Amino acid sequence: MSLVTIVVVFVINFTLFRVLPGDPVRAVIGRNVRISVETQQALREQFGLDKPVFPDQLFDTFGQWAQGNLGVSWSLRRPVSEVLMSKLWNTVLLIGLGQILAIILGVFLGLMAGWKRKTPIDVAALTFSLVAWAIPTFWLGIILLAAGSTWFGLPTAGIVNPENTGKPLITILPDLARHLFLPTLTLTILYLGEYMLIMRSSILEVLSEDYILTARAKGMSNWQVLWRHALRNAMLPIVTLIALNLGFTVSGAIYIETVFSYDGLGKLFQTALTKQDYPLLQGAFILLAVSVIIANMVADILYAVLDPRVKET
Amino acid sequence: MSTQPLLSVRHLTTEFHLADKQVARALEDVSFDVMPGQTIGLVGESGCGKTTTLMSVMRLLPANGRITSGNVYFRGNDLLTLREYEMRLHRWKDMAIIFQGAMNALNPVIKIGDQIREAILLHDLMDHDAADYRVDELLELVGIPRARRGQYPHQYSGGMRQRAMIAMALACSPSLLFADEPTTALDVMIQAQVLELLKEIQKKLGLAIVLVTHDLGVVAEMCDSVVVMYGGKVAEYGSAELVYNQPQHPYTQRLLESFPDLNRSTDPSAGSGQDLATIPGTPPRLNALPPGCRFSPRCYKSVEICTQIAPNLVDMATPGSGARHLAACHLLNGTEIEDL
Amino acid sequence: MNENWTLFMRNLRDFWRAFRRNKLGLLGGFLVLTAIIVAVCAPLLTPYAPTDVIRDANGRGMTFAPPSVHGPLGTDDAGRDIWSQLVYGARISLTVGFLAGFIAMFVGSLLGTLAGYFGGRVDNLLMRITDVLLVIPDLPLMLVLVATLRQMDLHISPLAVLIAVIGLLYWTSTARLIRSQVLTIKERQFVDRARAIGAGHAHIVRKHILPQIMPLIVANTVLVLSIAILVESGLAFLGLGDPTKPSWGTMLNFAFDRSAVANGAWWFYLPPGFAIVWVTLGCVLLGNVLEEMLNPRLTAHHLEGDQNMIAIPKQRVE
Repeated sequence: MSLVTIVVVFVINFTLFRVLPGDPVRAVIGRNVRISVETQQALREQFGLDKPVFPDQLFDTFGQWAQGNLGVSWSLRRPVSEVLMSKLWNTVLLIGLGQILAIILGVFLGLMAGWKRKTPIDVAALTFSLVAWAIPTFWLGIILLAAGSTWFGLPTAGIVNPENTGKPLITILPDLARHLFLPTLTLTILYLGEYMLIMRSSILEVLSEDYILTARAKGMSNWQVLWRHALRNAMLPIVTLIALNLGFTVSGAIYIETVFSYDGLGKLFQTALTKQDYPLLQGAFILLAVSVIIANMVADILYAVLDPRVKET
Repeated sequence: MSTQPLLSVRHLTTEFHLADKQVARALEDVSFDVMPGQTIGLVGESGCGKTTTLMSVMRLLPANGRITSGNVYFRGNDLLTLREYEMRLHRWKDMAIIFQGAMNALNPVIKIGDQIREAILLHDLMDHDAADYRVDELLELVGIPRARRGQYPHQYSGGMRQRAMIAMALACSPSLLFADEPTTALDVMIQAQVLELLKEIQKKLGLAIVLVTHDLGVVAEMCDSVVVMYGGKVAEYGSAELVYNQPQHPYTQRLLESFPDLNRSTDPSAGSGQDLATIPGTPPRLNALPPGCRFSPRCYKSVEICTQIAPNLVDMATPGSGARHLAACHLLNGTEIEDL
Repeated sequence: MNENWTLFMRNLRDFWRAFRRNKLGLLGGFLVLTAIIVAVCAPLLTPYAPTDVIRDANGRGMTFAPPSVHGPLGTDDAGRDIWSQLVYGARISLTVGFLAGFIAMFVGSLLGTLAGYFGGRVDNLLMRITDVLLVIPDLPLMLVLVATLRQMDLHISPLAVLIAVIGLLYWTSTARLIRSQVLTIKERQFVDRARAIGAGHAHIVRKHILPQIMPLIVANTVLVLSIAILVESGLAFLGLGDPTKPSWGTMLNFAFDRSAVANGAWWFYLPPGFAIVWVTLGCVLLGNVLEEMLNPRLTAHHLEGDQNMIAIPKQRVE
């Protein structure tokens, strides 16, 4: 099933980028250089662009993609895969941090909100989630950027200060932290609400089940019931959500990295778009799509491991 | 009575606060005794307060439930005066409950054996190894192969789940077992098995059982005494033999008639022969109760006083027989009772 | 008028009565309504056009001027009034959002109904498509699509491109919802009976199914609208809107690109975002309330009991 999806994604990718106008040969060579027709033809042959698009070019490209060869970036003159890898970890760091914090806080708050339904803490949590959902990612980023830099002197761009690039991680940790603080905060605030809501509704559903009543009848205190029975069952949907979220977090990354000038995949995607660097764009797209698919697969496996009922089928 | 009752419910009244500020009186002035080692049946239509009675005694009512008056004496102590943490000590160790539809009553992601063991360890009765041994013992008692203790609820059949619930309920050797419609969700063959099991266990362990059901056949088979409830009140209460053979309350009479194999009505005007009699009308809405006797709208014997004043329980048993047979009906000529 | 529609009308009246009692829903409705009114009455609310440059006594453009008597929300980097941009921007944001939302709703409802009603291969196909769409990250795909379409020189306005792309990507949730609802309705007897009488598909759908899914469609549309507005603002922020017809998102794009932050011109970047939140929140509240009313879920909660359970006046539990 996932394989089918990957193939479909590949096909979409391929067609999409073939439709985009722009002569690849020209772009590689540069605009202002005059080249003879023969040289052009030779180049075309070299890139395989003279063969019919379908099926030859299609399968050629697929083969290359499967091997990890994503072509060469036009604007950066480096292999696409190399460019992607260099920026990948920056984004993973940012997203990872933000998501982990959002999950921890969100699950905890959701638990409290569901357990103490209709109390002020529940109302506050619900209101917060509602409003947070309606706030555009980039706008929150801008506000925090303005507030952070004006009132706290936090940096406004980049991952580390320019003089610190390339230094070992340990030494630049404080600088890194200062740069990461605002974007991570933005991410956390925005995703907190969603996890909280899901956890809350999950916990509410679990707490209405008969086995909770049985647990109480056995003589357990509310805390014990929550910890031993409710939590385990309520966490299951969260696992799926985390995986699904990966798809949407990527979008969020694009906005946040743009606002904070954070040099990761999101910003890369945006620049590739504006510069019309199609191989790069294409490669980034494949990477993003495939990682979401993989994340979904992992989520399915995890769920099967955690929920004994699934094993049966 | 020479033995003290194990459980003594007196004048229990429970209300539910509904969404639009309305209050439903689910139980009113409910009283009955449970003797050690005996089975008492709690019968009535759906919604008459049987389950609410159990929940009130174990203090497991939902958020909108309130016990507004009464006493629940367990071995002489009024449970209603206890703090929550004190009540927890009684739960499962002294009184346990099995619910209908055990599928949802067991946690689907925890192994059956572990759930049973949890009950044992919760009350600090023994250490881990002893607890494991006890789990095996319990499973054997209910006829579940020990090898299956590592399985999950969805891997058990309906009947097995119910038996697993029984095993779990007995984990702390309680003296009182509440069984809320234990056989309703099961098919007939399994029903018989479960009932047999309960009878066997009762004999072996000297357990007292409060059996809630709307199936009079089950009650006939298992119960020593019967409480017939209607609209949240006790309509009739006495030994099974007396209630079945000489039902005093019109509702009980109708109830018995509507069961084809229990046609023992003594009322000549009850209807012809073997026709399956039904009771016309519907149970009262608990937030809009009629004044007077709650059964009067549907009662074929009802007279004017029935719609005005609620009847008290009177004793219809032969004086000096030592047994009690109470019913709440204006048309009865029984002895007034004081202590119930 | 067959009975289904009369029933529908009566339900509508009951619905309105119940709706009025729900404060959050009213708040949501208020928010959305005010936004619409502002958009419609834009010229009435400001003397300036969004492109007018406000000049001071010396004739110089008042760039980055804080809120003052001239302009309640100050001016941008070229001296244009922010408030004017905001109210005219409402028109763009709302139009694009609403149109995209309606396309999504329409496509989703149509496909969902078809899939639910006909089942089988049609249903499978739809499910596969939605599965794939779910997996592809939405923003990158949209960015690529918009870029593609704009490059193709099709003489479509950038806003139309936005509307099309958003509409064509966000129909999946509606489709799934409608599909499951149609499936439930289909299970009921009267559809089979109608078929037995020889009623055609179109007739059945029109008279039996449509009235029952209509309320759900409405509730879901409102929620989809909120998403459409948010997404439009995002895409516009990234520069994919129409600079000549700035929506709120485009305003934020201007603010960011033209160093409003560095210049401390909070009146430039705060109001458009605030407006977006205003409308989105309104739609969400409205949608949630509508959905809650159509699908009420009252659940028990077994851990809430202890506090007030014993309410016996004399025998107090200490």
